[in-house]
Amino acid sequence: MSFVSRGFRGRRRESEGDATRIPPGQYLTDDYPVLSAGPTPHTPLDRWDFSIVGELDEPRRWSWEEFRALPSEEVTVDIHCVTKWSKLDTVWQGVSVDTLLDGLDTAAEYVVQYSDGGYTTNLPLEDVTGGKAWVVFDYDGEPLEAEHGGPARMLVPHLYFWKSAKWVRGLRLTAADEPGFWEVNGYHNYGDPWQEQRYWGD
Amino acid sequence: MAGAAVLGRLTWRIAEVVDIVDETPRVKTIAFDVPDWPGHRAGQHVDVRLTAEDGYQAQRSYSIASAAGGTRVELTVERLDDGEVSPYLTDELRPGDRIELRGPVGGYFVWEPSQGGPLLLVAGGSGVVPLMAMLRARDAAGSDAETRLLFSSRGWDDVIYRDELERLHGDGLRIVHTLTRSQPPGWTGYARRLDAHMLAEVGPSPTETPHVYACGPTPFVEAAARALVELGHEPHSVKTERFGPTGG
Amino acid sequence: MDARMLDGNAVAGLLREVFAVEMTTALGTCNACGAMEAVGALHVFRGAGIVMRCPHCDNALVTIVKDDTRMWFAFTGVRTLQITV
Repeated sequence: MSFVSRGFRGRRRESEGDATRIPPGQYLTDDYPVLSAGPTPHTPLDRWDFSIVGELDEPRRWSWEEFRALPSEEVTVDIHCVTKWSKLDTVWQGVSVDTLLDGLDTAAEYVVQYSDGGYTTNLPLEDVTGGKAWVVFDYDGEPLEAEHGGPARMLVPHLYFWKSAKWVRGLRLTAADEPGFWEVNGYHNYGDPWQEQRYWGD
Repeated sequence: MAGAAVLGRLTWRIAEVVDIVDETPRVKTIAFDVPDWPGHRAGQHVDVRLTAEDGYQAQRSYSIASAAGGTRVELTVERLDDGEVSPYLTDELRPGDRIELRGPVGGYFVWEPSQGGPLLLVAGGSGVVPLMAMLRARDAAGSDAETRLLFSSRGWDDVIYRDELERLHGDGLRIVHTLTRSQPPGWTGYARRLDAHMLAEVGPSPTETPHVYACGPTPFVEAAARALVELGHEPHSVKTERFGPTGG
Repeated sequence: MDARMLDGNAVAGLLREVFAVEMTTALGTCNACGAMEAVGALHVFRGAGIVMRCPHCDNALVTIVKDDTRMWFAFTGVRTLQITV
């Protein structure tokens, strides 16, 4: 890189001591950019449900009312998008995946998140359990907007944000790892921002 | 024919600002000199890349406003208040400054005078830029192809290229404005968002099988394309270029 | 309708990084609904990477991911691509 545009700074924020919270190659933002692989789905709440399917004896399913009746918690986390922006101290309200999987017996070691519109993303099961993942429905004290993944999306903050599916409708427990939408198309299978695992081979 | 040629790798070039002109309170035309510029066709665009001192980069596409003219390339940029690139281009750049650009690119949203008319150009705000390049190319070629420009703007002071459009009017070209938010005293023209009715009144009609080009913010283009097809224009004769949620 | 949605024109430059010919005029056939459209007319979404979708049925025709030295193209939804050479 040799050419510099005089006086150009761009939209990012100064880090001011947050440096340890920003993974390598990331820039801080106060905005909340909208990035999407497809058109925004608009599933009415009376047709929405969330399911756990796949490698388990009895699939589980919650309607919106049933889902909202589950214990939920407020979480404040930093999020990191593979397109290089990071946003600190984002506040969400959601149901822990541990709650959804409570008492569930499975030999599965992997999980696929699946969404309205066909998006999928894969993870080891241990990356969504033990207090690491939520199905969230509020952002910053307000119901999650459709363009940001509402009515509900996954929140898996320890990985790049493409591993948190918007418009999520369920988790499919799998015996073998099944790379999802971006994982088959160039993005890293795991996606740890602290090791800058953005692309294949990183 | 240029569209069929094997073009080879496209590289980033350095362009130098030679002139800056205010078009409207929020819109400026920036003229660049681009050494070894290969020329361009009306409707094509360039990608502009900005690099900060720490290596941070931002990139946007801008339609070329000028008709082909040596090494001179004009971009007309609307300043978006929450934009990352447009405020830099409209507020910071001075003659002598340099930026990186890549182009020309595009082959789908292109009109050449040899294609002839009738021609129906539908512009929403800064969507007029590539269509203006078409009108300038048409003028430079001395074409009298039957042409209509239906141009939607917020108000009279927001009409980009207002005076030049008035001068180009005639010789088969008719400009029709619609002002959606405010109109000057005595305004008798359209004062609403574009719809099928307006398009039917402005013409050309589908039976004349015009080349149709619609450009502007995505919601505008979606509405225009829907109205055009509703009127009976053959979908594949309607070419579209979307600028995203606002401006360009 | 997504106000953020663009069309194939927006990736003309990126496609020119790889293809020796102008690609927005190439015609793609959707393997879901059979529609044939110019690449310039495809609906373009920017997520983690770029997704080009059929304007008739939203089927993902092409995905594009790039880093500094590599690009990944998947033509999962394209049955045939017709390019004028």
